Amino acid sequence: MEMMIEVHDLSKYYGQNLAVSRLNFAVSPGEIVGFLGPNGAGKTTTLKILAGFLAPSSGGARINGFDCVTQSLQARQSLGYLPEHVSLYPDLTVTQFLQFAARVKGVAGKDEKAELERVMAACGLEEVRRKLIATLSKGFRQRLGLAQALLKMPPLLILDEPTIGLDPSQIVEIRTLIQELAGDHTVILSTHILPEVSQLCQRVIIINRGQIVASDTVENLSRQMGQGARTLLSVKGPEGEVAAALQGLPGVAQVTAKGEGAFLVESGNGHELRPLIARLVVDKGWDLLELRAQEFTLEEVFLNLVTEEES
Amino acid sequence: MKSVTSGCLALIRKELTVYFTTPIFYITGFCFLVLAGYFFYTNVLYYSIISLQAAQQAAMNPQVAGQLNPQYMVFRPLFGVVAVVLLFLVPLLTMRLLAEEKRSGTAELLFTYPLTDWGVILGKFLAALLIYLILLAFTVSFALAFAAVGRLDWGAVGTGYLGLTLLGGAALSLGMFASSLTENQIVAGAVAFGLLLFFWVMGWVQEVGSGLGGLFQALSIMEHYDGFVRGVIDTRDLIFYLSFIYFFLFLTKRQLESRRWRA
Repeated sequence: MEMMIEVHDLSKYYGQNLAVSRLNFAVSPGEIVGFLGPNGAGKTTTLKILAGFLAPSSGGARINGFDCVTQSLQARQSLGYLPEHVSLYPDLTVTQFLQFAARVKGVAGKDEKAELERVMAACGLEEVRRKLIATLSKGFRQRLGLAQALLKMPPLLILDEPTIGLDPSQIVEIRTLIQELAGDHTVILSTHILPEVSQLCQRVIIINRGQIVASDTVENLSRQMGQGARTLLSVKGPEGEVAAALQGLPGVAQVTAKGEGAFLVESGNGHELRPLIARLVVDKGWDLLELRAQEFTLEEVFLNLVTEEES
Repeated sequence: MKSVTSGCLALIRKELTVYFTTPIFYITGFCFLVLAGYFFYTNVLYYSIISLQAAQQAAMNPQVAGQLNPQYMVFRPLFGVVAVVLLFLVPLLTMRLLAEEKRSGTAELLFTYPLTDWGVILGKFLAALLIYLILLAFTVSFALAFAAVGRLDWGAVGTGYLGLTLLGGAALSLGMFASSLTENQIVAGAVAFGLLLFFWVMGWVQEVGSGLGGLFQALSIMEHYDGFVRGVIDTRDLIFYLSFIYFFLFLTKRQLESRRWRA
């Protein structure tokens, strides 16, 4: 199966500064991929290269089988791009701008009106269609940015922080819209909002200082970070005695009492502690109310990977 | 190819919409028409005074009346002065073209749309040229008004307009190149004005007797304009203007390409 995005050894220098260093990744058709990283990690630079706005210093990328540099026009015909800072022509109305974008993308004749109606309905722009872009609120501009990216149903959508600057209800709307796009479109989106990634993306690529530090599903990443490393249990028994007994188990690094008989047990070496804990509670004759491994949140995975990298 | 052409047409349409919704076109047009109208009026006034005097002398010297020609006395000087006025106004029409796209960030969308660099450049250039031709078209009313009351050599007026179109095209291509160099419209306008002035006064070097005078004169944009005003279409002049336009559009293209690598 041909990949929608193939990035190989991609590097980009700004003068002497290395912004992106030998990136390699691929995205298959229909996938929704989250692109994560702290500020200045190289996310936006990578997306700008994929969108054909910048040329890489070395290495390359292919979009829908077309090289981003040598077949730039065909590559750009396959994508819709929402830049990080959406700038639109303030002197045009919403309809005039979408008409321009549609014609430039090759939507012609009688298809044009239907296509404009489709994207305006999808992004909730009907009520502002005659307004000048200069008078639109930030939320509407963001939606208009997304609407122009959706024109002509491009197989790939590159969205750089699609929900930034939107109010909570708009964020939910845009997320729902992106979820609806899955399957028909391949989506690569960069964001700072980690729950958004957990909610929307089948896979995350975490990038730091221009390099990929992780690329997997959210579940796999949190599992890899230490399956069974953290166990949450709830016991009916004398709290002090329970804590001391747990602390005495082999491999336990730390026990934190959470109150009302709940404890968080962390192993020092990532070993699975649940069988040991279960046996201990039964041996002592206490009542075991709950015992489960606690997965790491994406925030924790992210911070762990990024700080690990920095140290 | 078809989609590229339609993209270019869409860009021309968008640029025209922006020209007509922002004050720059109206201010430029107002200044241009007031100045051109003023010069036409003074030329006609001068011509009528001279004609009157000539008519009085004609009884004594019949040859004088034959030398009075509206082409020489009204339209040639008018084309000369209109060209100078346009050199001042063209930077106002071109300074926004690419500088504003870069400053406001709309370049990021424009250059990720499926348009070639030539598509973008030609779209913007042709839109500016159309605006320029609309301004020129208003001045045709002067010739029509004159033709209503006197004899007019339409052929010479036509070549004058052809000359103005080519001169304007050359100035617009240079202005667009200046606009591709910077994000600041004022800087783009100033650079365009400086370069235009340079290409205008270049021809004067020969008059002070420099060895390179011939070359400078050949490169001067005003030098090639005189023929058209006199009613002569010389292929050398045509080729000069077309090459000049292509050269600056080409430089603009290179400038856009380098942004992709440098940015």
